Amino acid sequence: MDYETVIGLEVHAQLLTKSKMFCSCGTDYVSAPPNTHVCPICLGMPGVLPVINKKAVEYTVMTALALNCTIPKSTKFDRKNYCYPDLMKGYQISQYDAPIGRQGWLTISSNGSKKRINITRVHLEEDVSKLWHREDYSLIDVNRSGVPLMEIVSEPEISSPEEARDYLVMLHTILRYLGVSTCNMEEGSFRCDANVSIRPKGSSKLLAKVEVKNMNSFKAVYQAMEYESKRQRSVLEKGGELVQETRGWVDEKGITVSQRGKEYADDYRYFPEPDLPPLVFDKAWIEKIRAKLPELPEARKERFMAQYGLPLYDANILTGSRTLADYFESCLELMDKGKAKLIRNWLLGDFSRLLNATNTDIETTQVSPEHLVEMLNLVDKGTISGPAAKAVFEEMFYSGKRASAIVTEKKLSQISDATKVREMVKKVIANNAKAVSDYKSGKQQALTFITGQVMRTTRGRANPSLVKEILIQELGGKKIA
Amino acid sequence: MKLSYEQVKHIAWLARLGLSEAEVEKFSLQLSNILENFDILKQIDTTNVPPATHSIPLQNVFREDEAAKSYPQSEVLANAPRQEESCFKVQPILE
Ligand SMILES: [Zn+2]
Repeated sequence: MDYETVIGLEVHAQLLTKSKMFCSCGTDYVSAPPNTHVCPICLGMPGVLPVINKKAVEYTVMTALALNCTIPKSTKFDRKNYCYPDLMKGYQISQYDAPIGRQGWLTISSNGSKKRINITRVHLEEDVSKLWHREDYSLIDVNRSGVPLMEIVSEPEISSPEEARDYLVMLHTILRYLGVSTCNMEEGSFRCDANVSIRPKGSSKLLAKVEVKNMNSFKAVYQAMEYESKRQRSVLEKGGELVQETRGWVDEKGITVSQRGKEYADDYRYFPEPDLPPLVFDKAWIEKIRAKLPELPEARKERFMAQYGLPLYDANILTGSRTLADYFESCLELMDKGKAKLIRNWLLGDFSRLLNATNTDIETTQVSPEHLVEMLNLVDKGTISGPAAKAVFEEMFYSGKRASAIVTEKKLSQISDATKVREMVKKVIANNAKAVSDYKSGKQQALTFITGQVMRTTRGRANPSLVKEILIQELGGKKIA
Repeated sequence: MKLSYEQVKHIAWLARLGLSEAEVEKFSLQLSNILENFDILKQIDTTNVPPATHSIPLQNVFREDEAAKSYPQSEVLANAPRQEESCFKVQPILE
């Protein structure tokens, strides 16, 4: 029988606030010693009074708006009761039947076609403590407990591992554009769980729903979804039966394993949090938040294609992060708009290479858009050659100096004096007899080699087209196009 | 409405309470009694009354997003019956 895969994703993103959700403990706990970002409120001591962090609410509303959700006129927090030591209070403050956002959607482009994935809800809750499991006991660090956590749940409308990855990447990009979360997957500020099922093609009845946890990267989500949809098919093909269960992704082995011990149905006994008065959203407040929404990745991508004539692939990469897209546009503001492709080449070429090599983000680079444009103008005016520009840029990247200073300091200005160039060309011809005879016997590649030698002796400073022209003259050949 | 034996056992389990057979019987009656009182309240006609989640007429009580000093680690752990590596130490938890 033919089966189809049905996936729903649940994302938890920590909000980028300075303080926790209900107390003023700091949220910069990642590299702090255990239990140093803790107070009686997040420690769940009796008699304390939590107070809602306004920024966390606004960030959640902002996200809900960006995801095209409906915002209710009023909402509230609820207590979700369960017994697990990651909760000091014995309950988590969350939202049950009145999430801040509901019925939204986002658009993904998988394999070139667009698809809308509906979003069931966006709600606000508090993160829980971190547990360390040892041989015969567990340790609890409460630092993370109470950090604002936003939960975003998709409808089960994702139908392949590719779509699951694309949905996550898009959601990740949107949250980064909004600046509401660091979205650092390694540090756990962007986490994803999945519900995966299969069903006979065309049927609307899902077979057993399997929840998959512990996926810590986009790649892990892709692989886990692929593994799980194959596993479920093979269980059925072997005449087995699928069971509703929770499975954990084991990255090193590339498999999911059943997590036992949860044989009872969840019984959270939600009830309204009596310590927190309800939230009421008036129109003015919502509109004020809406006004802060930046241009979102999908819209920006389409504008980049239309306005700058960029192909889809380039527009996709350039708008993949807001800082990169901002950088690109800041450069263009200082240059002729027709230079979009030149800027693109530098950003996606040498610049990206150096950023990757040094593991830096474009946000923290020493090369400002003004500095990059200044360098490109030097190329344009013929002050430095194309190859020298690469060296200048690298120096700018590492030292933070401006192109003009580097050119003076390192004597990198372009050699366009024909007499000088001819002198060097003659020298190279004299020293490369083999290549010269190769060229004369018709090997065109030999010319590229000799040109390279001339450029090398000048450390890239010679004007390349002048070199080529003189070289051909000196070799007695005719000009080649 | 009388709570069944199983219902009382389930509630006790959710609250992590171990009850003897006699106690299950005893609490079954008491809990049922409480629920019966709610049945009386249910007789009030609330057709035109919007559902309320809170009893105090307050809304939008916020704090600004400002971080302040937390408690010293030693004080945080002061009440912990067992601790190790500056963490609370508890019985093993199966993941
Ligand atoms: Zn606190």
